[in-house]
Amino acid sequence: MSRDVVVTGLGAVSPLGVGARTLHERWTAGTVGIVDGRGSAREFVPSEHLTVKEARRADRFTQFAIVAADEALAEAGWRDELPYDPTRIATITGTGIGGIGTLERGKEILIAEGAKKVPPLSVPLMMSNAATAALSMRFGLLGPCHGIVSACSGGADAIGSAKLLIESGHVDAVVTGGSEAAITPLSVAAFGALDALSPSGRSRPFDRDRDGFVLGEGAGILVLEAAETAAARGATPLARLRGYGASADAYHLTAPDKTGGGPSRAMAMALRDAGLTPDDVVYVNAHGTSTKLNDAAETSAIKLALGERARQIPISSTKSSIGHLLGAAGAVEAVATILALRDRIAPPTLGLEHPDEGLDLDYVPGRAKPLAIGDRPPIALSSSFGFGGHNAVLCLEAL
Amino acid sequence: MAAAITEENVQKTVFEALPQFGVDESAIAREATFEDLDVDSLDLAELSQIIEDEYGVALKGDDVGKIKTVGDAIDLVVSRGA
Repeated sequence: MSRDVVVTGLGAVSPLGVGARTLHERWTAGTVGIVDGRGSAREFVPSEHLTVKEARRADRFTQFAIVAADEALAEAGWRDELPYDPTRIATITGTGIGGIGTLERGKEILIAEGAKKVPPLSVPLMMSNAATAALSMRFGLLGPCHGIVSACSGGADAIGSAKLLIESGHVDAVVTGGSEAAITPLSVAAFGALDALSPSGRSRPFDRDRDGFVLGEGAGILVLEAAETAAARGATPLARLRGYGASADAYHLTAPDKTGGGPSRAMAMALRDAGLTPDDVVYVNAHGTSTKLNDAAETSAIKLALGERARQIPISSTKSSIGHLLGAAGAVEAVATILALRDRIAPPTLGLEHPDEGLDLDYVPGRAKPLAIGDRPPIALSSSFGFGGHNAVLCLEAL
Repeated sequence: MAAAITEENVQKTVFEALPQFGVDESAIAREATFEDLDVDSLDLAELSQIIEDEYGVALKGDDVGKIKTVGDAIDLVVSRGA
């Protein structure tokens, strides 16, 4: 049994604001959501979306997921009533770290005040599956429900895993995506100790002066449905999730394989899964972290996977606008990719002024540009790569 | 120094703690059930911590599963302090 998978709802919380369209419109307009070197979701006010009890029962990464999911389910037309038997709806979301803010506060209390003062909510808030569980409970989704953990490819791997569950016939729909809220003292210090964070606080992927990534936070949630059941209920799909590819570098705990071999295999797998060739791709939403290593290895990977086609299409990095949302990145970027394709536009790689030597593709520096694709179907790849050598690539077609 | 475990003191502590968990302040009364107040086991674990901090008496164990109302919880704490 293999079924087509469509996207019927999108939601996002990001450093550009609350809402999927806000993300798309502001990034396309060239807005940078990074302030003082951090991509905080500054416009997110929990009390505007959640009751006191809902907010207390959720770490910030879960709060993001809930609010993004509310938006996605509303768009899918699911809010009044679930359109499927709830046992046929899965919940699969990714995160890089989970509730690290809760963990850090708990540890501070443990040290300062002793074990008896550690909040009893610590474990249920910090666990990496907390956001996934919260979504299943909020909407009464009774099908398979679990988190996906693959560092910065978690969001993309969650969406890919969701696709497989629908294709196999295990379920008819999945609420999926990723969330992250890791702009915390420990996380900042630890990424800093790895020399991964940008000392300048600027995200400028593919630029010769790029000096690391900028931490961001937020969530992206998608409602996926089997195309046939979505059509049967009269839903209007936004996009089709055509392909998913994934691979491991088996190379280094943090550094990418310089040849780009692992990511290129994930890209090729996503295209094979989609039944497409490089010539069908009109845009690539790059992982584009603004680290020296990633942007060079990724450029090699794109060339390996797409061949000559790599030089003919625009490639841009959402992280130039919002920073790196770790386990949420792949999901937020899938949302951004779908909306960009629908508007036939390639949003810009902001901050890119001087392309680095050898980084010679069209990274859409500074300003968005139209996707002049005529009657061709708007098809893109969205790439995510994570510490541990995880590579996940989604192939999306706007409808 | 733990506070004196009197019904009045414990009631004050409980009534002040519950709104922190998102409970509607106007609905809080001795007769109100935790179910009606949407207070669950996680809230009670937090309440227990507050009580223990204040009075040195834990609101834990099998008896906690039997309490239904706010008054039951207050009485259990007071009885354990006796």
